[in-house]
Amino acid sequence: MSMQPRGLLASFEYLDSTLDAIKTLRQERIRKFTVYSPLPEHHLEAAMGYGQSPVRVFALVGGLTGAAAGFAFTSFTSMEWPLVTGGKPILSIPAYVVIAFELTILFGALATVIGLFLLSRLPHLGPLLIYDPEFTAGRFGIHVFASPEELEKARRILEEHHPAEVREDREGVGRA
Amino acid sequence: MATATRAKRGALTHPDIGSYSEVNRDVLGILSRPGKGWWFLFVLAAVGVGVFFASWGWQIYQGIGVTGLNTPVGWGVYITTFVFWVGIAHSGTLISAILFLFRAPWRQSVYRLAEAMTVFAVMTAGLFPLIHVGRVWHAYWLIPYPNSRFLWPNFRSPLVWDVFAVTTYFTVSSVFFYLGTIPDLAAARDQAVGLRRRLYKVISLGWRGTDREWHHFSKAYIFLAALATPLVLSVHSVVSWDFAMSIVPGWHATVFAPYFVAGAIFSGVAMVITLAVPMRKIFGLESYLTIKHFDALAKLCLLTSLIVLYAYLTEFFMAWYSGEAIERASFWNRLFGHYWWASWTMLICNGIVPVLLWFKRVRHSIAALFVISIFINIGMWFERYVIIVTSLSHEYEPFAWGVYRPSLTEMGILLGSFAWFGFWFLLFTRLLPPVAIAELKEVLPLPYRRAAGEGEAR
Repeated sequence: MSMQPRGLLASFEYLDSTLDAIKTLRQERIRKFTVYSPLPEHHLEAAMGYGQSPVRVFALVGGLTGAAAGFAFTSFTSMEWPLVTGGKPILSIPAYVVIAFELTILFGALATVIGLFLLSRLPHLGPLLIYDPEFTAGRFGIHVFASPEELEKARRILEEHHPAEVREDREGVGRA
Repeated sequence: MATATRAKRGALTHPDIGSYSEVNRDVLGILSRPGKGWWFLFVLAAVGVGVFFASWGWQIYQGIGVTGLNTPVGWGVYITTFVFWVGIAHSGTLISAILFLFRAPWRQSVYRLAEAMTVFAVMTAGLFPLIHVGRVWHAYWLIPYPNSRFLWPNFRSPLVWDVFAVTTYFTVSSVFFYLGTIPDLAAARDQAVGLRRRLYKVISLGWRGTDREWHHFSKAYIFLAALATPLVLSVHSVVSWDFAMSIVPGWHATVFAPYFVAGAIFSGVAMVITLAVPMRKIFGLESYLTIKHFDALAKLCLLTSLIVLYAYLTEFFMAWYSGEAIERASFWNRLFGHYWWASWTMLICNGIVPVLLWFKRVRHSIAALFVISIFINIGMWFERYVIIVTSLSHEYEPFAWGVYRPSLTEMGILLGSFAWFGFWFLLFTRLLPPVAIAELKEVLPLPYRRAAGEGEAR
């Protein structure tokens, strides 16, 4: 059984070449590709057509949970053994605001990180098969994963946009 | 156009950096060549850590009596140093989170170092409550849990708030710090060999810089910055309430929270300068930490110095204007009493010396900034000393007045805490990329083929 190439990995020196390649690929209805970048670049995000990241839902839910937990924790423990200190009411809400606030931040931050890990599928435990160390240094990359016919079209598009290198991945291991 | 302004920005902040790969080469190079300067400082720090633990060990062995703490001054060098280190931490979060939200173009070069400073400063500060409580094996009593009679702590107490504030701050700033380093750890992984490569591979979590990773990462980063911003303002406010919620003359003031926050940022920015100057020299980071960056830090110092000076004057004014005899006596005692030298050190170092920063020539002289930053560090330590010790030593009843003299053990722990902080910081410069690689690239000119011209290297 001959091994057909199932993926193409192109690396680019220039951002505009990368952006043009992404746009053309999308115009040609090739959607299964991954873009690599050495820096967070909003042009790339826009070209990929990303909307809002659901990370914000995690942040909100985490924060609200923290606030509720802070108030619940302080209130219920105070009520469980009602002990007047300093002549203050058993439920001293203004004092509990401080703790509720800190827990809002704590839970919100931790939930954001959990959200990030889930959504971006980190940690990525497998070996770095479809990858080039240049992607953390200075190059941008596009990995197309497609059927043989589509792949020929993709190769043509990628090569039109002045890549530094186009590699085939014969095994087609994984979807980067 | 966005591109044009970006190119201009890059040219403005880092004119000597040519390409993205150059950033990786320069920053990751630091990880592999320690140099004599680094080793000298590391040995110095290790000796200091020895002094720290020897002093603490002596205190644990002998009991809290080896300190100068007694009635009426029950809070001394330990609490002073605790507040000092918590304060140092603040500017790290200011630079990394608040300036991130404000999109300050100069933060990229310094923020990693400032964030590391935050984490290690909170780590140092966190030891002081444990030292201060004396019987350290009971330190877990600080954590809110029901005691043997199922009684929970008093959540109306600012000391309990402080436990929540400081632990939250440590957790969130560590997470923020680690998250920011992940793409750079991946960059380190891609260049390293052997054991280091395996280490970076694990701690970079297999980061590849894909579109999906960056998309969620950038958003998560914004949310963490937005959460860290109120946190940084709250933590030192809560620390200030440890004092302000009491009725001790000299402490019981509503101005304390903003006053402490401004002071914290002031001292922290000074500490960033203190750390950045030798780092720049030892690691040859001249094209990354440019005069522009130091100029911006100096301006931040100047601004916060003015706020702090204003707060000092407000305190004195309020003491006089309140008509409260005891409050007046307390502040008179500050300036002309037993601790006059500490108060004047504070006023001169924090109020007078930073006036020099009005001059551009001073702001553009690295040596001058370094010296001024040391003055500010000393002044800010004394500020906390003055607030804590002079107020406690001179409360209401004359027969309850007293004098506190720090013992040798306390001095050992104070000096040792700087070594402990330095020890971690030095390890950080060798193990993690001390300049943010990926984020620095954001302020460099974008690599456009059309601008570069066909075939021309950018």
